Amino acid sequence: MEPEQPAIEVLDLTKRYGPRKAIDRISFEVAHGQVVGFLGPNGAGKSTTMRIICGIMPATSGIVRVCGLPVASQSGEVKKHIGYMPESNPLPEDMRVIEYLRYRARLKEIPARLIRDRVEEAMEVCELHRKPRRRLIGTLSKGFRQRVGIADAILAKPDVIVMDEPTIGLDPHQILSIRNLIDTLRGNMTVIISSHILPEIEICCDKVIIINQGRVVANGTSQSLREQFMPMTRYRVRTSLEPDGMGELLPTVSPELALESSSESGDICEYLMEAPSRLDLTESFIDALRARRARIHEVARLQPNLEDIFMSATKRSWDETLPTGKDDKAPEKTPAEASAQS
Amino acid sequence: MRHFLTLFSHELRMLLIAPATYVASVLFLLLMGLIYLLVLNEAGAREGDLPPSVLFFQVFWIPVFFMVPLLTMRSIAEERRLGTLETLMTTPATALQIVLSKFLGAYVFYLLLWGLTICYPFIAALGLESTADTAVVLEPAPMLGGYLFVALSGALYIALGIFASSLTRSQLVAGMLCFSLLFIIIISGQLLLRLPIQDYTWMTWLESPLEYIRTFKHLEDFSRGVIDTRPFILYLSNAALLLGITTLVVESKA
Repeated sequence: MEPEQPAIEVLDLTKRYGPRKAIDRISFEVAHGQVVGFLGPNGAGKSTTMRIICGIMPATSGIVRVCGLPVASQSGEVKKHIGYMPESNPLPEDMRVIEYLRYRARLKEIPARLIRDRVEEAMEVCELHRKPRRRLIGTLSKGFRQRVGIADAILAKPDVIVMDEPTIGLDPHQILSIRNLIDTLRGNMTVIISSHILPEIEICCDKVIIINQGRVVANGTSQSLREQFMPMTRYRVRTSLEPDGMGELLPTVSPELALESSSESGDICEYLMEAPSRLDLTESFIDALRARRARIHEVARLQPNLEDIFMSATKRSWDETLPTGKDDKAPEKTPAEASAQS
Repeated sequence: MRHFLTLFSHELRMLLIAPATYVASVLFLLLMGLIYLLVLNEAGAREGDLPPSVLFFQVFWIPVFFMVPLLTMRSIAEERRLGTLETLMTTPATALQIVLSKFLGAYVFYLLLWGLTICYPFIAALGLESTADTAVVLEPAPMLGGYLFVALSGALYIALGIFASSLTRSQLVAGMLCFSLLFIIIISGQLLLRLPIQDYTWMTWLESPLEYIRTFKHLEDFSRGVIDTRPFILYLSNAALLLGITTLVVESKA
């Protein structure tokens, strides 16, 4: 595989369930070694897209290539390059962890002499190598089952790992260890994660794809999304400077700065201001306040987090689809429900 | 092939560790033992020269009706309900390999259960040396023919069960579907010829196809030691057809 080839290439992908489009002409690319977060409200088509990428579900139209191989015609080959962990993480209840992983390793065409080492390695990475290794999967807690699913996904060291909500049901410690795990995969493997825990995605993903109503509404690094969806950044300044003084000070910091509100409590005044996101004004604020010998209690640049971007992006796409999409008014089903019916 | 072996050994292993397997075998052997006892009694009381094995295989449909649905209803329906079918489909293993391994797993168990009933004639012959005529009880031709018939028809019945199991995610529905289909293919041909219809002339053309698929006719032939190739083709080709359809179902609905 050439390095410049994208690991995953999705072009005009559409999936219909009857008259309803679960996903509607989605296109994106994921470069090799990238960690991508897949976001979207319930029923947006995340799971459907992931299932199509993995070749379990046929698409209605469009092209998906994984490592340059078209999924539709060579799904057998593609499956050798993918480690997939489904949404509900189904596991057989009456097998032991190590047995299950060895069985999966054999199915994933790991050479027989490597199976033992690979299984040990995967268990170690997911911290299953101590007590749980010989426990029945049915008796494991949710978090451990989740780790078994992750261990299974990384077992064969595939080029592409697709995980549908891997951090669901995990405690903060485990979430941290999964974040570390994903960090170790970065660069070697391409990882696609869907999650509802937005800060998680923001921390560990190089790129974020937000889909809503079966369409890509945002695609880029969280920095670029911030600029795209949150053109204004807010600043909060708490200082002893009076409002009059502040009004004079603002244009000297930046002419584009606009005061939103101010409040006084005792001798401290709190100001909220907005400025274009491309500027970083904290330092100039501090300098300007110092020059006027005002006491500074706080100067904060309120970074819009992924949650705000998510809300703004999905809201915007709702607004876009509402006037035209009459058939979209039916209550949304999650892809899982829809596939259960088909 | 490699995946098939992995999947097949997994199936056998799951069979061996499941308590349900042992419960089912014990119940099956109890029932068959009881049937054999009644058959022995009947053969002894009757003046005819039918060996007990012939009578024994005439009631082969009793265990088929409850064992085959029980054995097969789990296989694909359960995997689908749990979602493990999905994880299986993301591995390089193909749907055909998955279906075949399920089929062979259930089939091997089915044969094993029937194979165990071969003990009964021997127990009867050895335990009742004074009363039972060893030569009649252990007459090889009907036994061989009977077991061959069970093995042959079993392939179709198990394939039918696997097919029913692939259609739904509910074990219960799969079991009932399998039972109904079994009922149709085992009994219906027989019943159709016995319908109280005044005028048979319009359905005379049906006679020879119905005769061809009549299960009890095949059984009769086999237990008399007549081994015809036509039932072989009938059962094996239909089993292959059903497994093929099952593969398509699994592929499209995974």
